[in-house]
Amino acid sequence: MLEIRNVTKVFNPGTVNEKLALDHFSLTLEDGDFVTVIGGNGAGKSTMMNAIAGVWPVDEGQILIDQVDVTRLAEHRRARFLGRVFQDPMTGTAGTMGIEENLALAKRRGARRFLGAGITRKEREEYRELLKILDLGLEERMTTKVELLSGGQRQAVTLLMATLQKPKLLLLDEHTAALDPKTAAKVLETTDYIVNKDKLTTLMITHNMKDAITHGNRLIMLMDGKIILDIRGEEKKKLTVEDLLHKFEAASGEEFANDKAILG
Amino acid sequence: MNVLNLFNALPGAAAQGLIWGIMAIGVYITYRILDFADLTVDGSLCTGGAVCIMMMISGQNVFVSMLAATAAGMVTGLATGLFHTFMGIPPILSGILTQLSLYSVNLKIMGKANQSINVDKYGLLVSLRYIKGVPFYKNPIFVVAVSIVLLVVVLYWFFGTELGCSLRATGCNANMSRAQGINTNFSKVLALMISNGLVGLSGAFLSQYQGFSDVNMGRGAIVIGLAAVIIGEAVFGKVFHNFGFKLIGVALGSIIYYLVLQIVIWLGADPDYLKMFSALVVAFFLAIPEWKKRFFSGASVKKGGKSHA
Repeated sequence: MLEIRNVTKVFNPGTVNEKLALDHFSLTLEDGDFVTVIGGNGAGKSTMMNAIAGVWPVDEGQILIDQVDVTRLAEHRRARFLGRVFQDPMTGTAGTMGIEENLALAKRRGARRFLGAGITRKEREEYRELLKILDLGLEERMTTKVELLSGGQRQAVTLLMATLQKPKLLLLDEHTAALDPKTAAKVLETTDYIVNKDKLTTLMITHNMKDAITHGNRLIMLMDGKIILDIRGEEKKKLTVEDLLHKFEAASGEEFANDKAILG
Repeated sequence: MNVLNLFNALPGAAAQGLIWGIMAIGVYITYRILDFADLTVDGSLCTGGAVCIMMMISGQNVFVSMLAATAAGMVTGLATGLFHTFMGIPPILSGILTQLSLYSVNLKIMGKANQSINVDKYGLLVSLRYIKGVPFYKNPIFVVAVSIVLLVVVLYWFFGTELGCSLRATGCNANMSRAQGINTNFSKVLALMISNGLVGLSGAFLSQYQGFSDVNMGRGAIVIGLAAVIIGEAVFGKVFHNFGFKLIGVALGSIIYYLVLQIVIWLGADPDYLKMFSALVVAFFLAIPEWKKRFFSGASVKKGGKSHA
């Protein structure tokens, strides 16, 4: 489904701020994989996501989605393969537009936009049903501007938008990090529901080791732009936070120093 | 100070305000919807006027001429759009570059700095001579008001289409738009073209109305446009929530601007100061959001909560 081959990305090359963010990075995802991604600050998690999404061109390597080489494809052209939810709840939605208008924008991802109606009556009904899944009462507020919603509500809407057109790959970039624990749990629950229902291939970054262990069928840990741990199948099912810490120390030769990730 | 003088001047001010209102709607599209402060308008207003006058002098029909003026305005928007998207130049600078080059282009279109057109010899759509003593349907206030309503209807429809929605999304959140497959560069160029097309049309009306086009006629147009947008929002913001009415509000804001200007002149203010005065008024209104945040944050949050509930 997804194939990242030997991708390298250097930020600010030739300056004192030079940073090797992805170092000959390779990763292959099978159809229906739900992979959780953990790693410290600057490990390259978000860089990996942005490389897949095409936010900027990579320096080296190739990225294939469903056997299509997208390495040179512009961000908006790749969008038809991808559903994306961002860490900042503001990023995923257009605040000055209504809930239904945002959904309608997402519905047309990958389609040509011309002078057809921006949203049709039939779509409204469809979105009303979809919003009921979230159980937030948003189906009664379809014309409300998204900027008036809470962060959790916005993330939930973004999640719906990302999956409205079934994406080949769902990218979740710490999409619960900015939410309070209760809302985060609710959004994660919705994530699981949608991913299972549509059998989506998913890549989820999280800062929370417990979430990384309890969700998905495979876990990877990044450090210095490389994968240092890759746990899947039965091994993943039995994994505990302590195991993970031991494995991290063994793989990296240092102690894991992020209380939030351990305790959270 | 004769009140009758003021009274006599008001219809003219209203007509001018309406004509500039078309430009203000163009400014609204870039400044509010696209979030792009586009300085092209200072040049494209004259481009529209120059193209219209020159075509009419060469014997073209007034509607053909005005259509051409609109198209010329769109080309200027295309130039700014390409400066910004294709060449990566910041928005304000892109507009300034186009504006400066348009000074030469406008001179070349007109052949000299100023071209006048005789209302008796050519079939003008609007003229300040028609302010009084003509049937109502020839009155520029009526003609321009009808044009604005037609334009607003078209724009209302357009911004509800898939393409229009993608423009609005681009202005609101470019990251999200790209993630949803919208080519934000295309959206920006298109919005700039629509906006400057309206500005060109406004220039065509204005040059007919005043009976000439002048290479300096657009100087400071962006400030007048912003003033109209800001006044329109301040006065009608609480009343008009529908997008179409918001555009009408902008045009009305432009009328208010010209009426106030007329009153200030009537009160005996030195007209040389007018541009400075306009700029300061716009600066003041632009500062309000920042001042609200800095000095009245507690109070304004409460107020906002109530009015949006």
